[in-house]
Amino acid sequence: MIYVKLTATEIEIAEILEKDARLTNEDLAKMTDLSIDQITQIVKKLEETKVIVRYVSLVDWTKIDGHQGVTAMIDVKVTPKRDVGFNDVAERIYRHREVKSVYLMSGTYDLSVQVEGHSVNEVAHFVSQKLSTIEGVISTTTHFVLKKFKHDGTIYDSDDHDKRIVVSP
Amino acid sequence: MELKTSYLAKHVRQLQPSGIRKFFDATAGMTDVISLGVGEPDFVTPWNVREAAILSLKDGFTSYTANAGLIELREEIANYIDENYCVSYDPESEITVTVGASEAIDIALRAILDPGDEVLVVEPCFVSYAPLVTLAGGVPVIVESSRDHDFKVRPEQLEDAVTDRTKAIMICSPNNPTGSMLSRDEMEQVCKVAKKHDLLILSDEIYAELVYDELYTSFAAIEGMQERTILVSGFSKDLAMTGWRLGFVCAPKEITEGMLKIHQYAIMCASTMAQHAAIEGLKNGRRDVTEMRKSYRQRRNYIVQSLNEMGLTCYKPEGAFYTFPSIESTGMDSETFATRLLHTERVVVVPGNAFGKSGEGHVRCSYATSMAQLQEAMKRIRHFMEEIN
Repeated sequence: MIYVKLTATEIEIAEILEKDARLTNEDLAKMTDLSIDQITQIVKKLEETKVIVRYVSLVDWTKIDGHQGVTAMIDVKVTPKRDVGFNDVAERIYRHREVKSVYLMSGTYDLSVQVEGHSVNEVAHFVSQKLSTIEGVISTTTHFVLKKFKHDGTIYDSDDHDKRIVVSP
Repeated sequence: MELKTSYLAKHVRQLQPSGIRKFFDATAGMTDVISLGVGEPDFVTPWNVREAAILSLKDGFTSYTANAGLIELREEIANYIDENYCVSYDPESEITVTVGASEAIDIALRAILDPGDEVLVVEPCFVSYAPLVTLAGGVPVIVESSRDHDFKVRPEQLEDAVTDRTKAIMICSPNNPTGSMLSRDEMEQVCKVAKKHDLLILSDEIYAELVYDELYTSFAAIEGMQERTILVSGFSKDLAMTGWRLGFVCAPKEITEGMLKIHQYAIMCASTMAQHAAIEGLKNGRRDVTEMRKSYRQRRNYIVQSLNEMGLTCYKPEGAFYTFPSIESTGMDSETFATRLLHTERVVVVPGNAFGKSGEGHVRCSYATSMAQLQEAMKRIRHFMEEIN
């Protein structure tokens, strides 16, 4: 792992973009009192060093009529391998297209794996045929997500209506 | 009708209603309005603070508290002021919890003014200062800070306004509506005048936590000033608690005793659930304040640059969440500008003259609104400026 040294301003730009990646370089320049050139440089640095990994939108798919899809969080117990520890098994898991995230966890299991599929059957198939057959995987416990209330710091369907009076002293 | 008005006291009849009220009425029924006219945070009170109030209700804390406020809260206030501004107040005898900073200012003035006593009021300022002096039987003497000096009052101006009836200087830094903040050096100049003429400083420090580039100094922290400072503050702006109506006032024991007499007869005590919430805010709310401050700072930078680009020249405020751009380039007075902007672009700003005569030629734009709203507001104001030129 190579650590990147960033200034306070560079960190601030990363923080702003993490909340809203659609702000233009011009907006960012105004918000931080820097020139557009300086911002361009900083954003380039953040991208090249992979501090900013990717720009994403948070989409609430459940809003879409007819949408089908399920998310499962799977607790995976693993026998670590000599020399590579958990990395080898983790890679064999995260290479699968269905897998959205893989974290190494402290506690009673080792890997937390998030899987998305069109149906419960599809996910069940993945767990029984692919995941549990990987060498080193001792056990899996699958939890299906029923409803997302909050994701990545954002509350879905929050009441963000401004309740303030229009003019106040 | 005539008869009914005559029931009113003369000095109340003569009191002018706030210019802000008039503007508020003008927006009634309008839709798609973006408001930069709001004098309060766009954040909601942090959840842990709200939850503390809910729990206090669940636990049945629904009765009066001590007149001066819950002792735990006064102790937290004392700790907070000691840690952040290096001033020590005795929670037992020098701190009073009030219904907003507004009440604190009111009881402070009523406690210190004899009929005819003069108070130097530095304008532009919050709308209530001069009227509250009048209601307390005093005479407000307006001292105008000007754009040429970044809306900072100069000591010679105060010196010129002092008479043998002058009792106090009333000052708010960082300031509403200008956002301007006195440097430590400038504060010391003001203090010199106060000491020379034996005046009190009534210091409204409600925006002390919302300072963006420098460290904040309280008037009470300046050498020899604690004994002649009435420090007014509250929880509205930093913890986004405007609707809770909770403030406090710190002052020497004798002055506190005087204020407490008025407070106990007029108010009894501040809302109990709000006091419980504020304890949580002081104990565990600092991280929220830091986050909010960061966000305000970004928006301040954004709005100041955007307005300056349009020819609405504006001083870069050190604190609070207001900018006070000059509208001189448009040739309009502040009410005309604000009214036309409201009707053509549906953006609310507050005419500068609502904050005193010296505010004329300016409008107050609050940046306590989301970046998305600010971007849209700037777009509309830019369009407005292009249309009139």
